[in-house]
Amino acid sequence: MNELPQQLVNGLLLGSMYGLIAIGYTMVYGIVQLINFAHGEIFMTGAFGALTVYVYILPDGTSMLIALPLMLLGAMVVSVTVAVGAERFAYRPLRGAPRLAPLITAIGLSLALQQAVWAWYPEAKSARTFPQIDGGPFHIGNVTLQTGDIFLLIAAPVSMAILAYFVMRTRTGRGMQATAQDPDTAKLMGVNTDRIIVIAFALGAVFAAVGAVANGLKYGQIDFKMGFILGLKAFTAAVLGGIGNIYGAMIGGVVLGVAETLATAYIADIPGLDQFGSQSWSDVWAFILLILVLLFRPQGLLGERVADRA
Amino acid sequence: MRQRSLIAITAALAAGALTLTACGSRDDDGGSDSGNGGSGGGTTVVIGVDAPLTGDLSALGLGIKNSVDLAAKTANKENYVEGVKFEIEALDDQGQPSVGQQNATQLVANDDVLGVVGPLNSSVGESMQKVFDTAKLVEVSPANTNPALTQGVDWQTKKVRPYKSYFRTATTDAIQGPFAAQYVYNDSKKRKVFVIDDKKTYGAGLAKTFTEEFKKLGGQVVGTEHINPDTKDFNAVATKVKNSGADVVYYGGEYPQAGPLSKQIKAAGAKIPLVGGDGIYSADFIKLAGASGTGDLATSVGAPVEELPSAKEFVANYKAAGYKEAYEAYGGYSYDSAWAIIEAVKAVVEANDGKLPDDARAKVVDAMQDVSFDGVTGKVSFDEFGDATNKQLTVYAVENGAWKAVKSGTYTG
Repeated sequence: MNELPQQLVNGLLLGSMYGLIAIGYTMVYGIVQLINFAHGEIFMTGAFGALTVYVYILPDGTSMLIALPLMLLGAMVVSVTVAVGAERFAYRPLRGAPRLAPLITAIGLSLALQQAVWAWYPEAKSARTFPQIDGGPFHIGNVTLQTGDIFLLIAAPVSMAILAYFVMRTRTGRGMQATAQDPDTAKLMGVNTDRIIVIAFALGAVFAAVGAVANGLKYGQIDFKMGFILGLKAFTAAVLGGIGNIYGAMIGGVVLGVAETLATAYIADIPGLDQFGSQSWSDVWAFILLILVLLFRPQGLLGERVADRA
Repeated sequence: MRQRSLIAITAALAAGALTLTACGSRDDDGGSDSGNGGSGGGTTVVIGVDAPLTGDLSALGLGIKNSVDLAAKTANKENYVEGVKFEIEALDDQGQPSVGQQNATQLVANDDVLGVVGPLNSSVGESMQKVFDTAKLVEVSPANTNPALTQGVDWQTKKVRPYKSYFRTATTDAIQGPFAAQYVYNDSKKRKVFVIDDKKTYGAGLAKTFTEEFKKLGGQVVGTEHINPDTKDFNAVATKVKNSGADVVYYGGEYPQAGPLSKQIKAAGAKIPLVGGDGIYSADFIKLAGASGTGDLATSVGAPVEELPSAKEFVANYKAAGYKEAYEAYGGYSYDSAWAIIEAVKAVVEANDGKLPDDARAKVVDAMQDVSFDGVTGKVSFDEFGDATNKQLTVYAVENGAWKAVKSGTYTG
């Protein structure tokens, strides 16, 4: 049986997840040139926010149809609160400081958030199960899809379209583009750059929250460490797509996800490469791809389209 | 240009951050009950504990720590060794060999430490052995199952004990893998296996011994795969398993990956059981694998603690002590490991007119070799390699959301 369609779908799903998280890295970078390493943890706290809504707020046995929007809302509230709080108390005081200071702060914040959830969230010392949508699996040709995958396949493009509209068409969105191009001039033109920066953090957090709920639905479990590796991968996706470019983040995510999946599936079949083909090598192949792309296009796949930067 | 160098710095920092997470918080509250009567003229002996107390293996690690604590408290209450009071010092290795080695150095530096229980992971055990052996400090692991730790790297051809101070109460993968293979082939009647491991010392060792025995019995290996333990997405692997036509999956590794792996294999459409070793024998595996995990199998060392008459007292005492975490898979073995150290200390003290000799550490290592008592998990004693003489194993299956023992036995082969 031909497994290529299934593997492509596997890669697309994994990549959409990377893309949703990468948006947060790229938006913040585009505007304040800060790599917010705590973004993976903003994603993680969002997942726990959604779980809190389902387990501790809604009555037992609430239908997922009603619960899901509320869980999304809960995830967004927690993620945005953490992100805006981080911006206000950790990054804003360092706005004028050398670039390395906020970067170290971000790494510290990332560890602090992980440990806080580990220590204080009930039973978070091992993974917690996440509610699932009943139904499925669905078979299209010889591709199998789970209900959680369907949510991701719908949520990723829809939120991407909304973001594109927001950035291109609204007044705030244009303010973001202006700030990205030149913060000082934007300020002279009457753009409230402080507000724009907060909005960039909040928007990134909203995407992380959507990704977090999708992640919980897809894998059925969340844990306090989930944001770390996914965050690094998403950052890689953002660089691959051209950091600072919101479309690049999504494209970079999908390229990275598909590359990892195909490396796992097919490298072993190439004669002489069988010992390099397992999943434990897929990261290596993904990073080789990243290096190749950056060699020929240092600005990333979609970099340098400054007008779109936001 | 400035931005590009920033990205370079960032990438370097990201790599650094990966390492940084390895040195999280240390759990130093182990000796918390030192205040009550420790200064009553008696000697204080510290039993070190090294296990993952944070991170995704912390459920098992905390069970180890609590069980050792219980052993120390029981010995103190019974005044088991005249004039000696036991305390524990628990350090967190996060399942990382490098952190384990630092912990070993720290324990060696504390002169009151006369024995160490731990670690959980074979790879961590590997990094600690030499540190302890140089200091002649006895180490008893309740959970290390890699054969090389006691029988040398060439254990299949020539058994040589590398470190005199290392003992374990757990049986080895040299037995566990073949035991699983025999069950899968003879009892479950499976013929085509897909073997997956996580490339760690434990997982790869287990997968190797399983594969050899399964082939010897006449089974067929239709595919192999090594997963990346840092991810939770095994869909690409699951698709490969489905298309391989395997009727059983053997996984060498631990439950944080095995749970999602089992779930994703079944979701991909391959309704076949996943079989693993003691690393997946945890309540968390069932939670992570979900409803589709029913029918998955695990082998574990020893017989089920709950069913052993010798363990009733341990289970009752553990409950009475009110620990927050369950004793998990290694609780009984950890208690026995700690008790073996207590027995050895007792022997040393009694041979020296009720006082600790100056070279107590070396004496404890010697005494450990002759320790023999009826513990939680049965008779506890050690062979010439430091391995447990008790070589019992049990196959468990997931049924109605719990592990149920389906077959106990002793592997001889």
